[in-house]
Amino acid sequence: MHELSIISSVVESVIDSLAAYPGARVIEVRLRVGALSAVVEDSLQFCFELATRDTPLEGSKLVVKIVPVMVHCTACGADGELESLQSFRCPHCGEPATDVRQGRELEIEAIEIEEAEEPVRT
Amino acid sequence: MTTRIVELRQGILKKNDELARDLRQRFTSAGVLVLNLVSSPGTGKTAFLERTLRDLRQRGARVAALVGDLETDNDARRLAASGAPVRQINTHGICHLEAEMVGKHLADWHGVDIAALDYLFIENVGNLVCPSSYDLGEKIRVALLSVTEGEDKPLKYPTLFNSADAAVITKMDIAEAVGFERDTALHNIREIRPGIRIFETSAKTGSGMEEWLDFLAAARENQSREATSVVG
Repeated sequence: MHELSIISSVVESVIDSLAAYPGARVIEVRLRVGALSAVVEDSLQFCFELATRDTPLEGSKLVVKIVPVMVHCTACGADGELESLQSFRCPHCGEPATDVRQGRELEIEAIEIEEAEEPVRT
Repeated sequence: MTTRIVELRQGILKKNDELARDLRQRFTSAGVLVLNLVSSPGTGKTAFLERTLRDLRQRGARVAALVGDLETDNDARRLAASGAPVRQINTHGICHLEAEMVGKHLADWHGVDIAALDYLFIENVGNLVCPSSYDLGEKIRVALLSVTEGEDKPLKYPTLFNSADAAVITKMDIAEAVGFERDTALHNIREIRPGIRIFETSAKTGSGMEEWLDFLAAARENQSREATSVVG
């Protein structure tokens, strides 16, 4: 259960990025999470609700996009999506796949914000 | 009210990753090989590490260990019997170690200078899920599995086993008594991490330790060679 640590980092980063938009309110936070990243979406959602309380993110929606695991096969040269996390093999030729190109992501992709009506002019 | 999409595209664990990268640079230039040991609770990480520290010291190597646990300094006290400097990191409920904890415990570790070490071992909190997301700046991540745990554990925890650079099977001295299916276990580890080096060890009898220590020595030499070629 390290989802709370992960979500706390998300909240911190989003608050930092809000500095450029004074008075803005967060509507949505979009994450990209690799299928091989060892986090559970339900836990992320649960922790998000707790961790956003009394912050500018309170009430915002968390959207989690799961990124599939893609491997590059050194035997046949093809790239492909791993069929099962229990077998790291090339989906085309069946050889063992050691080169994982995608699927470990833990990223904040974007946030959707509602800006203050009268932006502060500088 | 106007809404706007702000693209961030940043790593959630960016702070940890940056700290880990700095630590890795420091370790490499100090010439110390750093290993991060990860397993379930009860695999025998501490017994394996105790034996590794003792055997390495007998070979004349300079070693130290950081030991992560939620609470207590029992493991640190146990490991200190090897004669090596050992420091406990208590996470107080956090299920994994983070680069910041490692950096902090190295910074104020009296009497221990990483530049005067050959090997530094970091024993992670017993957990096969959470530690996999946190880079500690190690050169080698070691996943440990004991013969009592079930041969399908690598399949249940692919994220951790796939992120490992070496695997160690512990408690081989009781393998027969507990009906350990060796071939299945080796197959499952390789199915998750093709080509990984696997060491079959017993901290009690010392079997498999020679091969493990030779691997460590070779890895350390490799690291030094890489560091020199980067500078040159």
